[in-house]
Amino acid sequence: MADTAMRSRRIRLYALTGGRTTSHYHLLVETLISVPNYDPEFSSNLLPESRALYERARKTISIAELSAHLTIPLGVIRVLISDLAAQERIFIHPTGSAYQYDRIILEKILDGLKKLSA
Amino acid sequence: MDSRNYPLDSSSLTISAKIVVAGGFGVGKTTLVGSVSEVPPINTEAWMTEAGEGVDPVDPASTKTTTTVAMDFGRITLQSDLVLYLFGTPGQARFWFLWDDLCRGALGAVVLVDTRKLEESFAAINYFENDSDIPFVVAVNMFDGELAHDLEEVREALALAPDVPLTTCDAREPGSTARSLQELVAYTMSRTASYP
Repeated sequence: MADTAMRSRRIRLYALTGGRTTSHYHLLVETLISVPNYDPEFSSNLLPESRALYERARKTISIAELSAHLTIPLGVIRVLISDLAAQERIFIHPTGSAYQYDRIILEKILDGLKKLSA
Repeated sequence: MDSRNYPLDSSSLTISAKIVVAGGFGVGKTTLVGSVSEVPPINTEAWMTEAGEGVDPVDPASTKTTTTVAMDFGRITLQSDLVLYLFGTPGQARFWFLWDDLCRGALGAVVLVDTRKLEESFAAINYFENDSDIPFVVAVNMFDGELAHDLEEVREALALAPDVPLTTCDAREPGSTARSLQELVAYTMSRTASYP
């Protein structure tokens, strides 16, 4: 049954994180991550889910996109990213909210949106 | 992690921002996201948030962690170092916990309403009035290009506070959607200015 397969995959994913569902980093759904110094050997030693994540992040990508593309739940993605970030294998980009959406950022966003409606 | 010390002008540092698109079922959220997104709206059904309190995350009988929720999001690269994400909220009211997660860090929300079924968006407006502190604007989606009711009548019917911006848009139209988003950003800027 597909349902059973889904269920066992979920159990496996949470087992992968050791049941952890929280992370030490401030990871929002739109938070971008990237790989600063790609290391193929490091990648080949990772578990499949982390490897897939590490490979995808060679090109800057958001946490929500990673979750959708790899069909890994958001909570699990956050834990896996935290582990890689703690080893300095992944860089967590700041978001607009990290700057309290200061005026410079809001103006840049407004300018960009004006180009879309021009 | 404190990110406030990162240089803003670094060309290698791409940052992201988020706007939440809320409203009831069938009011046009996905259409709105799709009209300006540079990729087709990403629909995820495999979405699962962190386990709720007191829930064993590996318990297969737990319904809280095995819930799948459909939601859409889109992306607009505004500048080489600035990406804006638009997240549509799941319509069902039982996913409020997911709304909290989605709204965290958002610069604001656009609540989309359809005047033929205003009540579909009541819950979203209540949420932003009472349970969230992010700025929000309300946009009346004009499916047929015409506004059937006066905007002030709509404001009254929604019991909307006078300071909440109320506007119209055609969610199918990129330019119109972009103007609604501009309205929100301008409103967020005005609120930021009043809290120095």
